[in-house]
Amino acid sequence: MTPIKTLALTVAAGTIMATSAIAETPVLTVYAPDYFTSEWGPGPGVETAFEEICSCDLQYRAGDLLPRLMLEGSRTKADVVIGLNTDVTQQARGTGLFAPHGQNNADLDLPITWADDTFLPFDWSYVSFVYDTTKVTNPPRSFDELINAPDDLKIVIQDPRSSISGLALLLWVKSIYGDQAEATWEKLAPRILTVTKGWSEAYGLFTDGEVPMVLSFTTSPAYHIVAEEDATKQAAIFSDGHYAYFELAAKVAGTDQPELADQFMAFIMSDTFQNAIPMTNWSYPSALPRDAWPQVFQDLPSPDKALFHDEDEAAELRDIALEEWRRALSK
Amino acid sequence: MAPRPVEIALATLVAGLVLVPLAMVIWRAGGLGALGGLGAADYAAIRFSLWQAVLSATISVVLAIPVARALARRQFPLRGALITLLGAPFILPVIVAVLGLLAVFGQSGVVSQLLQAVGLPPLSIYGLHGVVLAHVFFNLPLATRLILQGWLAIPAERFRLAATLNLPPSAMFRLIEGPMLRSVLPGAFVVIFVICLSSFAVALTLGGGPAATTVELAIYQAFRFDFDLAHAATLSLVQLGLAGLAGLLALRMALPTGMGAGLDRVVRRWDRGSAWLDGLCIGVVALFLLLPLSMILAKGVPGLFDLPASIWQAALYSIIVAIVSTALCLAIALPLCGSLGATVGLIGIAISPLVLGTGLFLLVLPFANPFDLALPVTAMVNTLMSLPFVLRALSPAVTELRTDYGRLSQSLGLTGLRWWWRIGVPRLRRPIGFSAGLTAALSMGDLGVITLFADPDRATLPLQMYRLMGAYRMDAAAGAAVLLLGLSLGLFWLFDRGARVNADV
Repeated sequence: MTPIKTLALTVAAGTIMATSAIAETPVLTVYAPDYFTSEWGPGPGVETAFEEICSCDLQYRAGDLLPRLMLEGSRTKADVVIGLNTDVTQQARGTGLFAPHGQNNADLDLPITWADDTFLPFDWSYVSFVYDTTKVTNPPRSFDELINAPDDLKIVIQDPRSSISGLALLLWVKSIYGDQAEATWEKLAPRILTVTKGWSEAYGLFTDGEVPMVLSFTTSPAYHIVAEEDATKQAAIFSDGHYAYFELAAKVAGTDQPELADQFMAFIMSDTFQNAIPMTNWSYPSALPRDAWPQVFQDLPSPDKALFHDEDEAAELRDIALEEWRRALSK
Repeated sequence: MAPRPVEIALATLVAGLVLVPLAMVIWRAGGLGALGGLGAADYAAIRFSLWQAVLSATISVVLAIPVARALARRQFPLRGALITLLGAPFILPVIVAVLGLLAVFGQSGVVSQLLQAVGLPPLSIYGLHGVVLAHVFFNLPLATRLILQGWLAIPAERFRLAATLNLPPSAMFRLIEGPMLRSVLPGAFVVIFVICLSSFAVALTLGGGPAATTVELAIYQAFRFDFDLAHAATLSLVQLGLAGLAGLLALRMALPTGMGAGLDRVVRRWDRGSAWLDGLCIGVVALFLLLPLSMILAKGVPGLFDLPASIWQAALYSIIVAIVSTALCLAIALPLCGSLGATVGLIGIAISPLVLGTGLFLLVLPFANPFDLALPVTAMVNTLMSLPFVLRALSPAVTELRTDYGRLSQSLGLTGLRWWWRIGVPRLRRPIGFSAGLTAALSMGDLGVITLFADPDRATLPLQMYRLMGAYRMDAAAGAAVLLLGLSLGLFWLFDRGARVNADV
């Protein structure tokens, strides 16, 4: 046998052994996005804390959540899904894969009233433009001011077709401008240096200094303050109000671990989980009062008004809003 | 020469590895009847994809000719290092390359700063010209290497004869270099065309917005935004069809030279031409390629020191995947060299990675947990993706070899493995080494399908780099990019130079 073949077989064998070794303890399979499960996200801490109380093995499967669930349908191995976003829940609900979350929505502490009994928010933030204070001395305080900003104030946004934060911006503009959204995009076009596939590319352009302002979240500056002791990254607060962005978890109806899944849903509401969120996911926890947040999060400037489309409005608006966006920016 | 059974079998295998997953997606979408229904936005995406791909491939190939010629006939210090570095842009993860390019050509880039220092407005890179610039950055080096292979494969005897006959440069070109270019250029053009055709993130970012929507982005939208598998599959078929058409056209244009064999002496040239012009070609290209690379290095080196421990494990997985892909790719490519292979091989880059990944996911799903197979599947997809480049690098040389030595081998009864052992491998050492290096490096840098079904504990290096970016750790990500670049180039150099040990060039 050639060394290459041996190597390939060793890799394959290692894969199989890794899966079978933990067959004795019950396994809770959680589908989550990559940023959640990575060693810098909330995933590892949540896993350790939950395993201490569940006598189970929590296993993450990382990747694109919704397309994968739709491909798998009822054959999905997931017991719990974490990391969906409100703007796509209508599609997710339509799969009929999910069961009630079983938690008391009144325990949530959100800028809007939460009535959904299937999808449970575990964190949230506001979509906003983050700027570099060394380059933008007079940040815009509304979309109008952004439109009329000096020529050298350029922004980078994410493409709504490939990025969930890009989609949130689309709905943000739509919720403020309604029928005038297309005209607004046309006026915004000169401000937009370029459009990227995802958040990482856009944020990379920002930290590299290619643009002074980028589409991100009001909570993004917390990372720079905490991890880099850098206070030069700030969120511009618009008087129009900001679009609220919630990340959700849900229990899979066909789970073979219903008790564990319920226990995990309850764990999401616990202080342990909630306290782990701000400094790992750089967002607000969903079930902690403001005064229980880390000081740096309490100190972040935040908008007076939360804008939000529920999933039906979002689903109804997004195709129209996308077409308006595409037409206005293709000129 | 008619395709041999082994060629047909391998071509079927390669086509199957792509077409069966595609068929799975079509089946899941509701069958062939569900396909169709392209809208105005789709046609706009198809038009833009085609146009930018034709421009990018043409410019890359045309610019590569003088550069390859200059490199072929000049000796200068660090020439070998420069040739190795030529491989770098091609193997960089897209996002790293884009950031590197923008550090030079962006609105706050080096060029813009120089312009502003003398009172001129900054460079505006975003638009069709930006897309083409980025694609040329990626592919000019590849084209240069492919053409350089062609130049170096011209037997020294022909140049000697030309010098003896005192041929003027125009006749040299018509009789010796022209035929070589005719056999190499169409193939080089077509792989670059196809790879640019399926560009997405680069085209969008440098294109400046939705006017730069490519077919691949439309596929992504169909899949992610609308979850319309039928639409995704239809667009994927269109992309495959366009690539196939280009492949067939290239096949009709490429001709093996068949001018008689040489004895592999050192290529000594008597027709040096203008040293000034050659120097200019090499200098400009070196600057164009090395400036963005230096920016990536400068930005990433500090980050090297705060890389997390997990990066090393990810690097190890990436190296294993790269070596496995390289072995697989050579095992498939060597017997597959020929017109059939050249066309079928294109399929690996013509298919949308998203559709391929989805199809594989659907295929694996009933039998195993796709997540457990993330790394083997990545190795396989990387093999498929590298195949067209490797076939491109090998095919002209193999075809030439068969034309030159075919009759002699036949009369000696040298066939099959013995032919490879006695004639093929020794005489193809240079393209084989280059191909192995290319595959290994490509495989290292490719994010591939692993994003669709990744196991958090078994990440590859590019995936780990993306995760760092997703977690705001841009400096560490820049460090990871430098590590990735170093390892990729290291592997490339090992194979590429390794094959040239004891060789004259």
